[in-house]
Amino acid sequence: MHQKTLAELREGLIKREFSSVEVTQHFLERIARLDERFNCFISVTEDAALARAREADKTLAAGGAPALCGLPVAHKDIFCTRGVRTSCGSQMLDNFIPPYDAAVVENFNDAGVVVLGKTNMDEFAMGSSNETSWYGAVKNPWDVRCVPGGSSGGSAAAVAAGMAPGVTATDTGGSIRQPAALCGITGLKPTYGRVSRWGMIAFASSLDQGGPMARSAEDVALLLNAMASFDPRDSTSAERAVPDYTADLSTDLSGLRIGVPREYFDEGLNPATEQVVREALRELESQGAVLKDIDLPHAKLSVPAYYVIAPAEASANLSRFDGVRYGYRCDAPADLPDMFKRSRAEGFGDEVKRRILVGTYCLSAGYYDAYYNKAMQVRRLIKEDFVAAFADVDVVAGPTCPNPAFEFGAKGDNPVAMYLEDIYTIAANLAGLPAMSLPCGFVDNKPVGLQLIGQYFQEARMLNVAHRYQQATSWHRRMPPDID
Amino acid sequence: MTWETVIGLEVHTQLNTRTKIFSGASTDFGAQPNTQACAIDLAMPGTLPVLNEEALRKAVMFGLAIEAEINEISAFERKNYFYPDLPKGYQTTQLEKPVVVGGHVEITLADGSAKSIRIHHAHLEEDAGKSLHDDFHGMSGIDLNRAGTPLIEIVSEPDMRSAEEAVAFAKKLHAIVTSLDICDGIMAHGSMRFDVNVSVRRPGEPLGTRTETKNLNSFRFMERAIEKEVARQIDVLEDGGEIIQETRLYDGDTDTARAMRSKEEANDYRYFPCPDLLPVEIDQAYIEAVRATLPELPDPRCQRFVEQYQLSEYDAGVLSENAATARYFETVAAECNDAKLAANWVMGELAAKLNSEERDIETASVTARQLAGLIKRIKDNTVSNKMAREVFDAMWQGEGEPDGIIEARGLKQVSDSGAIEAMVDEVIANSEKQVENYRQADAKKRPKMLGYFVGQVMKASKGQANPQQVNEILLRKLDELL
Repeated sequence: MHQKTLAELREGLIKREFSSVEVTQHFLERIARLDERFNCFISVTEDAALARAREADKTLAAGGAPALCGLPVAHKDIFCTRGVRTSCGSQMLDNFIPPYDAAVVENFNDAGVVVLGKTNMDEFAMGSSNETSWYGAVKNPWDVRCVPGGSSGGSAAAVAAGMAPGVTATDTGGSIRQPAALCGITGLKPTYGRVSRWGMIAFASSLDQGGPMARSAEDVALLLNAMASFDPRDSTSAERAVPDYTADLSTDLSGLRIGVPREYFDEGLNPATEQVVREALRELESQGAVLKDIDLPHAKLSVPAYYVIAPAEASANLSRFDGVRYGYRCDAPADLPDMFKRSRAEGFGDEVKRRILVGTYCLSAGYYDAYYNKAMQVRRLIKEDFVAAFADVDVVAGPTCPNPAFEFGAKGDNPVAMYLEDIYTIAANLAGLPAMSLPCGFVDNKPVGLQLIGQYFQEARMLNVAHRYQQATSWHRRMPPDID
Repeated sequence: MTWETVIGLEVHTQLNTRTKIFSGASTDFGAQPNTQACAIDLAMPGTLPVLNEEALRKAVMFGLAIEAEINEISAFERKNYFYPDLPKGYQTTQLEKPVVVGGHVEITLADGSAKSIRIHHAHLEEDAGKSLHDDFHGMSGIDLNRAGTPLIEIVSEPDMRSAEEAVAFAKKLHAIVTSLDICDGIMAHGSMRFDVNVSVRRPGEPLGTRTETKNLNSFRFMERAIEKEVARQIDVLEDGGEIIQETRLYDGDTDTARAMRSKEEANDYRYFPCPDLLPVEIDQAYIEAVRATLPELPDPRCQRFVEQYQLSEYDAGVLSENAATARYFETVAAECNDAKLAANWVMGELAAKLNSEERDIETASVTARQLAGLIKRIKDNTVSNKMAREVFDAMWQGEGEPDGIIEARGLKQVSDSGAIEAMVDEVIANSEKQVENYRQADAKKRPKMLGYFVGQVMKASKGQANPQQVNEILLRKLDELL
């Protein structure tokens, strides 16, 4: 059952080959049995899931069920869920039970999903390895000595290990694509503004974007259909119709112009990874796509620009966690400053504190122009690079990450080495472009991801490319060995 | 050598929108703590702001009223600091691109001279909540009802040269924003709060070091705070000292001020553009649509009062100053058809009552219609001015309509000439000595001596005789005795 794609599960449910309760029980059983090894879940909502599944079965029997009726999913613990603890991977919110649902959670509920639980993540989505979670790191199902990537590591590993057929995630600087690549699954970061940020705990508001992860591009398209919406509660939400992302999945690729950025095949790219990615590009070429070398001259500046802008926004976004109204408050504060200082010093982990300090510094009087303003200028140049490139190509393709999954602790002492793992993913966030990662092979038995970057609001085009690739290959069908 | 005072004002003006600037929670004043704070106001994780268009419209109205420029693109920024009643840990405000830039406000001083005060800019921002320190032993309470109430902060140029000018400016702003109906103007609710920047210098010299006294919530406190600060700065300088740039607090109840923090201790607010709110684009069509809705402003209204009601410049100025007073006056004048009497009563009896009870005209215990009813009874000689004041007091105490009170209290003026003649005859009969003196007196002195007889008749009538008639009848009768 867990080897089926969401699309296959959906078909089985509609044909009543199995019930939503059976599917839900199957995944709950796997979570109960396997999650001790992988630590993908912060909360499992078993009773609520089964109640929803029973309801879904009635709806399915009655006919006219909504698109995702009865399908089990899990939400990254960054999305607020009414009545269910939403921790954001932090001690700060370990006791936080939101009285409201995130827009994404509402949309999924409307589509009829069954929520299995909340997935583990780097604390406040700050990390590329899932090692910063207060609830402990998630293990990569392909090799438990390795990281699953981050920050949506719990979501990615849950799909990879067959504990959920589809999940939600967020991507501020690669947090969907990098763990999707490292865990051998498919994940998509939509255009900034396509998915409402209402109820999604903010890390860097101008970069954060929610998106789906699943085994296949088709599954991702199904999930994105439910996830995307215009939301007047989010002022940055795009007021434009949501297309059917499954409609053009099978469109022929002949004549499709694929831009291959020279800068994404630089000396920082693992040669074995490069080989795998080049092979994937050749497959697309064999289907009629035309590969064109392109230049993104400012791409190399994306990491430094990102590590100014994201921490700057985070330094303000995380100020609300002050121990006054909700969340962690230190014991017996001596006075007000003591309460602020100790609640935040004790409630946040090291990486979060590092980024708050960096962001605060970048915005300080005397440094603002040199850091924040300069980074914003770089951001504009990066965006212009893409606009220029997209004059000649339809989709940009390259590696998602420079290396396959690395071992725990390998980059713990060197934040910059860790940050460089996001070198190919961050530019799409800075430009606000949609981008995705799909499995395209292995290096040392660890998955490698192919990244696609699309034009604004052209998610369907990327999904079309990914789906055609997956029709011709089976990398997305591989399951990690030795799990059951 | 004299000192010149230089004053600039920052005026926090609460906009009277129904809901908050970035959330749908109510802005009503005086509700139970934290009952008007939604998830957005509480800065719950994942919540997002959406600009209240009504707040923007009211800010634009203000800009147009003071002939300012409206920025085509205005943007919100985050001002970062930690305080328990600031839920997000930053205030969403404007810095680089405020809605309103420039403009000017005309003031008139007591000596009749006029002056133009330039406005630097006015920006939209959210109010903070309140910290309550009194009700909790060893702890503070936080009330977030006010958090997110829309404000425009109006920043003047340092164009004022005395406390009097500052007060005139503040009152004029009050008149403008209440006339525009963008602020309820209720000072007691904190609807307008003033920060005053004060420095002194020798005339012709560059600006001196300034101090900022924050959060003054009445015209009187502002005036006192400025006077005290000016005196303090002059003392310091004349003793050879230096003024330290600092933020000060003034306590109106004790009439004392103290330094709160110096420039060195000032926060670095780390402003940066708020990524949750897109820049606001205001096009010419929008501006013209708002301009078309602008109500009458205090200055044109004053002019109209002079022309339409033949009031003096001074009376017209007082009555047109704020929209509520103007509305009240015009209602009274229209109903009683006597603008002069209406003006006298609104500026006299009514203003005195409001002053002594520190109330606003909106909450006056006597309605404009009731006052007009009373003035009609003065005009038709039913009551004398003196009795009318008694009726007014009674109305103020809630005893009802003027006619009912006149009836119930037996205050009807006696205008029946037969009854007055009888009383006059009796007084003359009982005042042989005074009558004799009157007869003997020089014709020039007689009018003065008449007062005694008038008094006696009024006394006999228990004050209800029409004094005009008493005068006439007395004169006629006494003359008959000459």
